[in-house]
Amino acid sequence: MTEMKLSYAKNSEVAGVADKNTTVWTKKDLLGLEYLSKEEIELILDDAESFKEVLARPLRKVPTLRGKTIVNLFYEPSTRTRISFELAAKRLSADVINIVKEGSSIQKGETLIDTGRNLEALKADIIVVRHNCSGAAMMLSRALNISVVNAGDGWHEHPTQALLDIFTLREKLKNIRGINVSIIGDIAHSRVARSNIWGLTKLGASVTVCAPKELIPSGIEKMKVKVTDSIDEAIKDADAINVLRMQFERDEAEAFPSKIEYFRTFGVTEERLKKAKKNIIVMHPGPINRGVEMAAEVADGANSVILEQVTNGIAIRMAVLYLVAHAKKGKLV
Amino acid sequence: MREKAKLLDKDGIKNAVIRISHEIIEKNKDTENLVIIGIRNRGEYLAHRIAESIENIVKSRIPVGILDITLYRDDLTEVAEQPVLKETIISFDITGKRLVLVDDVLFTGRTIRCAMDQLIDFGRPRVIQLAVLIDRGHRELPIKADYVGKNVPTSLNEVIEVKLAEVDDRDEVIICEK
Repeated sequence: MTEMKLSYAKNSEVAGVADKNTTVWTKKDLLGLEYLSKEEIELILDDAESFKEVLARPLRKVPTLRGKTIVNLFYEPSTRTRISFELAAKRLSADVINIVKEGSSIQKGETLIDTGRNLEALKADIIVVRHNCSGAAMMLSRALNISVVNAGDGWHEHPTQALLDIFTLREKLKNIRGINVSIIGDIAHSRVARSNIWGLTKLGASVTVCAPKELIPSGIEKMKVKVTDSIDEAIKDADAINVLRMQFERDEAEAFPSKIEYFRTFGVTEERLKKAKKNIIVMHPGPINRGVEMAAEVADGANSVILEQVTNGIAIRMAVLYLVAHAKKGKLV
Repeated sequence: MREKAKLLDKDGIKNAVIRISHEIIEKNKDTENLVIIGIRNRGEYLAHRIAESIENIVKSRIPVGILDITLYRDDLTEVAEQPVLKETIISFDITGKRLVLVDDVLFTGRTIRCAMDQLIDFGRPRVIQLAVLIDRGHRELPIKADYVGKNVPTSLNEVIEVKLAEVDDRDEVIICEK
């Protein structure tokens, strides 16, 4: 091993001039943006830029994670996130196994930790987990020595979604510091909102959340965000808006009696965007309810970056898998 | 690290680049299809210098690309330092081209192995040749340079430091003892 190190003590690296981030990644897991430093977030974004270049090559594949096994363990339905993680893993030459709740031992009552330990015994290297309980990814990571990546846990965090949102913003606006981002929609039930707030505020953006009063969680001001229940107010000074899916299936408070009613009060329409900055960026994590939180013309309009977000998601997930797989050992989370 | 000797100064590097450029032209009469690709970090700057020097002689544009080999390394989990990931920039098709790969120092040959694996994923060049500023020996793979600025016999506890004005404060090559 010493010899291997020697072989690569490349002369150019000894002198080491790096114009990019030189932060060293030490975490075996990615559980949420709350637990990352500004520098670690920027490292993921910088690496994702390099991986985006890989996706533009004639052969969109690199041998970096050859021989590694990545398990997508999904307790909740997901199309975009699961396919995105699967593609990211395959572009890195890893082997991928998908486990969904239906048709697995999860239905026979096996606990999350038991499933995780079995996957570890089967020599998996990384588990990507989506679960309906907040904290599930952290619980799993503490029980295992292998890497755990949170693909969404309850109402807690969805770090890779926020990272791809921020990556898309950085691509468009060059800088995150000082920009105004409004997150509009069901904040109370949204892990996407929570991860975005952590990430954006750490990078110095000013964040406003906008929702019906019933869907604003108490204590949200502690996260250093402005709160409003006026959509016009949220749009007015924003450089970007991130419009969340109205999750009627989770709206126990029945804050809104109907979709039409929601669209009238909170829907993002072309009419409302007329009062916005001309180049306002319109984002949505998907899946979109057209005519509920956003008009179809806005989703397909010139300001929308919704499909670019999807493409960027692969680059972000490649960066995350690459970093947790090569975490510098010694200091674990 | 203690500096032992200066191997090349500014003029020494300049002359090596000019000589390598002439040798490349001599060996590849068909400079129409010539492309030059430098390996990050310092191979990139040498590639640009060699391309410029060839352009001055043949009076035509020579495409230059930059290769970051990080994702193709065979020792990613074992390296002492976490490498900084950067972009590969090759904005032309390398298939059918006479490709000269450029790096600052040829040592074990593992970097060149990574670079060739990666290039072959980008296309099928007619030929790949290798140009290095310094060949310090100690190969661990059957790889040989076609163009060498200076051959330097070294021991394993020595380090070659290449400094180039584009990223360092000056042009020079020194040998140090660890």
